[in-house]
Amino acid sequence: MTLKQVVNNVAEMPASKNAVVDIKNLSLTFQTADGPVYALSDVDLTINEGDFVSFIGPSGCGKTTLLRVIADLEKATGGDISINGVSPEQARENRAYGYVFQAPALLPWRSIERNVTLPLEIMEISKEERIKRAHEALKLVELNGFEKKFPWQLSGGMQQRASIARALSFDADLLLMDEPFGALDEIVRDHLNEQLLKLWARTNKTVAFVTHSIPEAVYLSTKIVVMSPRPGRIIDVIETDFPRERNLDIRETPEFLEIAHRVREGLRAGHSNDE
Amino acid sequence: MTEMKLDKFCLVGAIAALLALIFPLAGIDADTGKQVAFVSDIPGLAIAMALCVIAGAAFTWLGVRSVISGVIILAVAVFGCWQAIATLYDHGVAGFAGTGFWLFILSLWAFVWRGIDVIANYRSLETAKQQIANVTVPVAFGFWLLFVWEVLVAGFGVPQVLLPPPSMIGVRFVTSTDIMAADFYQTFVKAVLSGYVLGCGSAFVMAIAVDRVPFLKRGLLPLGNMVSALPIIGVAPIMVMWFGFDWQSKAAVIVIMTFFPMLVNTVTGLNAAGKLERDLMATYASGYWSTLFRLRLPAAMPFVFNALKINSTLALIGAIVAEFFGTPIVGMGFRISTEVGRMNIDMVWAEIALAALAGTAFYGAVAYIERKATSWHPSFRVRRH
Ligand SMILES: Nc1ncnc2c1ncn2[C@@H]1O[C@H](COP(=O)(O)OP(=O)(O)O)[C@@H](O)[C@H]1O
Ligand SMILES: [Mg+2]
Repeated sequence: MTLKQVVNNVAEMPASKNAVVDIKNLSLTFQTADGPVYALSDVDLTINEGDFVSFIGPSGCGKTTLLRVIADLEKATGGDISINGVSPEQARENRAYGYVFQAPALLPWRSIERNVTLPLEIMEISKEERIKRAHEALKLVELNGFEKKFPWQLSGGMQQRASIARALSFDADLLLMDEPFGALDEIVRDHLNEQLLKLWARTNKTVAFVTHSIPEAVYLSTKIVVMSPRPGRIIDVIETDFPRERNLDIRETPEFLEIAHRVREGLRAGHSNDE
Repeated sequence: MTEMKLDKFCLVGAIAALLALIFPLAGIDADTGKQVAFVSDIPGLAIAMALCVIAGAAFTWLGVRSVISGVIILAVAVFGCWQAIATLYDHGVAGFAGTGFWLFILSLWAFVWRGIDVIANYRSLETAKQQIANVTVPVAFGFWLLFVWEVLVAGFGVPQVLLPPPSMIGVRFVTSTDIMAADFYQTFVKAVLSGYVLGCGSAFVMAIAVDRVPFLKRGLLPLGNMVSALPIIGVAPIMVMWFGFDWQSKAAVIVIMTFFPMLVNTVTGLNAAGKLERDLMATYASGYWSTLFRLRLPAAMPFVFNALKINSTLALIGAIVAEFFGTPIVGMGFRISTEVGRMNIDMVWAEIALAALAGTAFYGAVAYIERKATSWHPSFRVRRH
């Protein structure tokens, strides 16, 4: 290690002490046949331990791409990013996060239980422990009793809940969720939001959550990141200070409406830039 | 008059049976100058024809709606078939069948068609009943084809060298079981099974290697297409020179035939897992082998089984043809080629029947394992809530 690196490390230490995700000046350009696509440009963001961060913005603004960069499924073409103080690749190899994709992505040849135990199997956890944890995770998403069913025997919403159980099963401290409830109806969605909040309040997990819905973002988050497309960038970061234990009633409070208003303004500004 | 739908098949059956009673049953024997046989001399046949007229007339009015009526019609037809065969062989009509006889066969055809049709359209929620119906249809159809073959060959007196009747093939089959068993063992158990396992197995392993090494994929696959286009008649004699007369050379031919279908299908299958699923495995930091066994191979199974099914047919053809180019004095291909030379056509047909049975059973076994192993695949799913 050179002296310069040591000095740098020391200098970064206080900032990254609590930072789970630390992004500086990050950009990502896809080279396509039709020329470059600037999916992310100049993104600066810190996600602290215990944060619930929502990403909101019109489609194509790079929300998925940003989450994928954090998960090391996509490599940034510029800037710096560290997860728990290490590179995304290292973090992925440490199994630092659980990822919930937009689609359930359950393996059709495995029962629901065996889908949930898949990551545990890969992490070489003993069989009894795997089954125990799968049952706990399925209980959290209220799918107990469906262990032996196959994915295609479940409705879309149940499949998505199973995929959340799978991401919870190995108890990673960081949860990355890409519009997990996007395809569900409002009642199921409200219910799952409540469950997710309870889980988060209880476990002190850090959550990065992509959504289309303003009320969902405001209700869930400690920090709302408003994004805008072409090039994908962050145009506003709004901190909220609702208590960690909250219920759906806060959606009627003036504070809530004020934040929702600010998010909407941000989205509108991003949009008019575009025209 | 309210709308009255006559059952056309039963009508044809009744009219044909009625005409069969009137028209001459058999032709004239050139030596004696007399008609060979008369319906009036054969009570069984007369009863059968009369039954066809009555049943045909009755069901023309009633219609064939329930399974029971289908079964009754089929029973009448079966009795008719039995009497037709007896007429041919016991009353000297074989080779002299006349207009009356063929009209009776036409009548039977109409009944069998209608009967099978009713059973084929049978729908029951009880699985056992439905399965009986599902099995009855192909079995009844198969027997009908054999009957037509028998009657045509015997009725027209077709020389046995051209086409022996199925009964003769059947007799040959059951009286030569020791020869057939030896041939089956030599060709199927030794050559086909070993060649199939070796060809499919090595291609499967090779596919995994090819998938891992990009230059193999680009270099080997086009070459593979060339090898799979090689004519088996060119390859077989060479394999006999290399591996000798016994089953090993036949297994080698089978390996060559089965290798590339398996290779190409498995390589395709290994890429069948979607990007999303691969990303999922990446988020768990799943290694190459873990992803191979947990994601890519299961996703490849439908493709692998496809190749296994294609190859089950190819392997048997390959072994039989390869035996034409030198073999110890046993084997299905050997038997066919020598018995043709000795004009023992019934033996040739018995071997063909054996090959058909073995091939169907082999394919069926692979297809059965496929159903069990890939029951998750959309083409096999049954909703069971
Ligand atoms: N693999 C890729 N190759 C090329 N362009 C991509 C790729 N993935 C995403 N993009 C582009 O990057 C932009 C951001 O996409 P995405 O992150 O999926 O947006 P969002 O999730 O906010 O809807 C879009 O314009 C999209 O077309
Ligand atoms: Mg997206």
